[in-house]
Amino acid sequence: MIKILLFAGLKDRVGKSFITLENGPMTVSELKKELEKVSGLENLTNVMVAVNETYADGDVVVRAGDTVALIPPVSGG
Amino acid sequence: MNKERFEIVEDPIPVDEVIQKVVHPNAGAVNVFIGTVREMTNGKRTIYLKYEAYIPMAIKQFRVIEAEILKRWPEVRLAITHRIGELHITDTAVVIACSSPHRAASFEACRYAIERIKEIVPIWKKEHWVNGECWVGDQKEQHAYPNGEPEKEGL
Repeated sequence: MIKILLFAGLKDRVGKSFITLENGPMTVSELKKELEKVSGLENLTNVMVAVNETYADGDVVVRAGDTVALIPPVSGG
Repeated sequence: MNKERFEIVEDPIPVDEVIQKVVHPNAGAVNVFIGTVREMTNGKRTIYLKYEAYIPMAIKQFRVIEAEILKRWPEVRLAITHRIGELHITDTAVVIACSSPHRAASFEACRYAIERIKEIVPIWKKEHWVNGECWVGDQKEQHAYPNGEPEKEGL
């Protein structure tokens, strides 16, 4: 199982703070496409992704047990 | 007093405690940045803000910023506390304290830290106005994204 954490506007739109996927391993790019199918979220291509709390490029492989987070543009400070 | 130099908290930030984390005998300067909640943004009146964070990653990113600072200013000592939850006008959202043997490095490193927070630390704020609410979407506060993500033309 891969757990995908959602924050800010993405969390509001899905109505949940996380989604789980049973498939994998897959790349971050593939995971975004899969999420677009199952979550109703659109245009995830340019949303930043973190794998296990570290920013990850599209070719990073995600496996069962990993924690993924979708990181919409940040606005702290 | 909590000795952790990087913290995300829900209660008001004790500013002097953040400062004390970077005070040491060889420091001749302590620079402090305090980010507060502003009422008017682009003509809209904010009632309150709600901050949310991906806490474990935000703490890691504070450490990334520290590593970047130590490369440029090796003698700087840094502490950052960011508050999350509901904040009202004039409340303190973030306190950054930077000490260094001489003043120039503490000014520069403190400025660097706040700019990097706005770029790489997973913290988000939602502005609540009289007539609505919106996640502030852009890293440098230039744009808001009503849908929670950049529209195509904004990329």
